[in-house]
Amino acid sequence: MTDTPAIPAGPTGADFPDYPMPRATGCPFDPPPSLRQLEAEAPVSKVRWWDGSTPWLVTRYDDQRVLLANQRVSSDTSNPQFPSFSAGYKKMHERGRSFVRMDDPEHARLRHMLTAWFTVKRVEAMRPGIQTIVDGLIDDLLAGPKPTDLVEAFALAVPSLVICEMLGAPYADHSFFQENVNLFNDRDADPEHGGQADQQLLGYIDRLIGARLTSPGDDLMSEVAGRVRAGELSREEAAQTGVLLLRGGHDTTANMIALGTLALLQYPDQLVILRETDDPAVIAGAVEELVRYLTIVQFGLPRVALEDIEAGGQVIRAGEGVLVPASIANRDAAVFPGPDRLDIGRDARGHIAFGFGVHQCLGQNLARVELQVVYGTLYRRIPTLKLATSLDQIPFKDNSLNYGVDELPVTW
Amino acid sequence: MKVTIDTAKCISAGQCVLAAPEVFDQRDDDGIVLLLTSSPPVSLAEDVRQAATLCPALAIAVED
Repeated sequence: MTDTPAIPAGPTGADFPDYPMPRATGCPFDPPPSLRQLEAEAPVSKVRWWDGSTPWLVTRYDDQRVLLANQRVSSDTSNPQFPSFSAGYKKMHERGRSFVRMDDPEHARLRHMLTAWFTVKRVEAMRPGIQTIVDGLIDDLLAGPKPTDLVEAFALAVPSLVICEMLGAPYADHSFFQENVNLFNDRDADPEHGGQADQQLLGYIDRLIGARLTSPGDDLMSEVAGRVRAGELSREEAAQTGVLLLRGGHDTTANMIALGTLALLQYPDQLVILRETDDPAVIAGAVEELVRYLTIVQFGLPRVALEDIEAGGQVIRAGEGVLVPASIANRDAAVFPGPDRLDIGRDARGHIAFGFGVHQCLGQNLARVELQVVYGTLYRRIPTLKLATSLDQIPFKDNSLNYGVDELPVTW
Repeated sequence: MKVTIDTAKCISAGQCVLAAPEVFDQRDDDGIVLLLTSSPPVSLAEDVRQAATLCPALAIAVED
């Protein structure tokens, strides 16, 4: 025995693996190898988070569904034990938060004000307009220079145009909010910048609400403004709701368009199926599979337990943080055989890429229609679409809450 | 097959409508689930079970 003092374990979490973990070089679509190892050896275990805290990490599909459906597993960021994504996020949530960071009944009250806009019927009625947007952007691509960056020229433009029209925000402002949403989602952004981005977006939406209060239209923000006028929503709640829709409405879908295209270009046998079909069921199935395979919300959903909860043979104590990354659950071989293969013919509908429980993505059906139109059109209209660089030259969003690529140079 | 829904739990996700449109619909004013038939034919049994599995709010119960 030597007299070297032991390093104290526990409070500092020195013995726990750091989370998030890095993906393997050359495998940009797959979960990090060390996350997989954890899933195999200790599917519910503690990890070390950026602030030195040690939340639980839950990796398996069945355990994740049970936890996310449990309302005693809280999304309330005002809980001091809530595992925020970064110092910037923590500060931001101290200033204000939208309903996704609340529990029922407040969450349900605010969410229900918006659900009429996202029913299956309602978003289906938007399909022809989305098709027109996609066709127009592809016309522009084909008439423009090549190679070109598919992110800027197409992937960002589709959802931005759709959400601008829905909210009643001028599309001319798109670069302003694309920049700020990017900053907002970047865990590397310093807290100051992230906070400024949040304030910029809130100010922008608040001005939009102000304008709709005096001259309402038939857009979503006019309805939100109407609820402010009726005293059902505070101006602060309305602005937070608007920012949530703006953020949720374009960044996620944009990443799915670019990253999905990149993935399909790596799987030519799958791409050819999409290129040659006009069967809506095949296209819808492809969207579910791409959403499963890529699960762009890469670090998971943060929660905090409100009571002792058993999961995967462990007991998560009241007050402990929990991280629930669907990116690993959607690769659970017990649920999706051969999970690392992109197979657009499989039934992938059981994925939880849009979350599970009462917080499941409000805009999921709009995202589905947008992606169905994009994947069902882009490769048919540009059958020779290909990368204008090599896979290892493409910049990936490794530290953004939503995974994707910063740019995707393509030609045809 | 007997289907019951709990509208108080429903979060208007619409997954049931995608899985079994002959059995489930949504109210126009808030997207809450509408049950079109509580005893769907056997031919739809698989779709209805899928709807119950996908429902994120666990608001659909199916009895054989």
